[in-house]
Amino acid sequence: MNCELAQTTVHGYFDGELDAVRSAEFERHLERCPECQTALEGIESLRTLLQQSNLYEQASPHLRERIREQLAETSSAGRLPPVYSRRWFLVPTFGVLAAAAAVLAVVFFVLQPHTHAARITAELIDAHVRSLQPGHLTDVQSTDQHTVKPWFDGKLDFIPPVSDYSEQGFPLVGGRLDVVDGHSVAALVYSRRRHFINLFVWPSRNKETIFETSGSRQGYNWIMWGSPDMEFCLVSDAASGDLRGLKDLITR
Amino acid sequence: MLEPQDRIRFEQLVLPHLDSAANLARWLLRNRADSDDVVQEAMLRAYRFFERFHGGDARAWLLQIVRNTCYTWLEKNRPSEMMTEFDEEVHQLPSTTPETLAAQADERQRLMLALESLSPRSREVLVLRELEGCSYKQIGEITGIPIGTVMSTLSRARERLQRTLTSAAAKEAS
Repeated sequence: MNCELAQTTVHGYFDGELDAVRSAEFERHLERCPECQTALEGIESLRTLLQQSNLYEQASPHLRERIREQLAETSSAGRLPPVYSRRWFLVPTFGVLAAAAAVLAVVFFVLQPHTHAARITAELIDAHVRSLQPGHLTDVQSTDQHTVKPWFDGKLDFIPPVSDYSEQGFPLVGGRLDVVDGHSVAALVYSRRRHFINLFVWPSRNKETIFETSGSRQGYNWIMWGSPDMEFCLVSDAASGDLRGLKDLITR
Repeated sequence: MLEPQDRIRFEQLVLPHLDSAANLARWLLRNRADSDDVVQEAMLRAYRFFERFHGGDARAWLLQIVRNTCYTWLEKNRPSEMMTEFDEEVHQLPSTTPETLAAQADERQRLMLALESLSPRSREVLVLRELEGCSYKQIGEITGIPIGTVMSTLSRARERLQRTLTSAAAKEAS
């Protein structure tokens, strides 16, 4: 027995692509065709499997970041971006380059969360740079989270989470107070090889939003993210991969 | 160059489908590094050709560009994958033999490899239908497959994927 409909029509039926008449016809056929019944079960379970396996791959933060970085490079160096991939070379005409610059400008504009966030990021990077000046890094210097955490007590109207990640390669150096966007924030300092990483923490102002953005500016990388309680920003000249590693430890 | 109002339309209509673009390219090229390059290129092309977009389904329009950019890339960089007579039985990739699949403890990993073992043309209809939720009409628009044959193409692709998974399961049992 070899039902032709089991190879074709059953798919259209399953996908809701048959018109009402053909669909009704097929249903009548289905009742007495075990082959089509088996086929229908098969494609149903295949779909369930595909959809439950979390296979959808969204645009990675890396891709968005790369586009953003390319634009940052372009605007600072005053030259147009390369629009070729690592393995294939496209000789760009002026039109292509102009379109490239334009689309990157558009993408940058859309991906840039909003000007407020951009200003905060700029302030956080300034705060990071300031902290690297002699004597500015920490107000409380300790690798012990049980010393650093109580130090914030009474100095802020929230308690930042403080953990040491020495074992994972990010030893806690200390903490201090800083001011960002007119508010006091907690700054925790970690070290990574010979780089310092500032973790800024402040209470969430918008309790609904969970977000994550990242980027680089003036040679510093940053990742900012928000949970319902607190917002965080890591800033450093350490590699963005290192920042992501620390972020994963913090959010674990 | 596009007029400012076109630029705003591009931002509103096309850019929101960046995830769809990334997903299709990732599955067509089977790795992230290459697909990121190609998506970037495709977004540029979409922007250049945006004047030619006269309304309608912006996702399908973008995915068509992404798909063409992917195929151009494959023809250039991995021509063996693009052979028209690509036979999934004969030209099975070493990483996706039933033995390798059977050795995968992780269900998701096994499914990924099974999907990647299909020809690009089978893979794209499955991804568009099952992951992206496209209608037959949209699949036809994106892939250039005549609407009348979308159903049979999809049917063959599903059958191949099922067969790959079944033979992996049989190897595991033996």
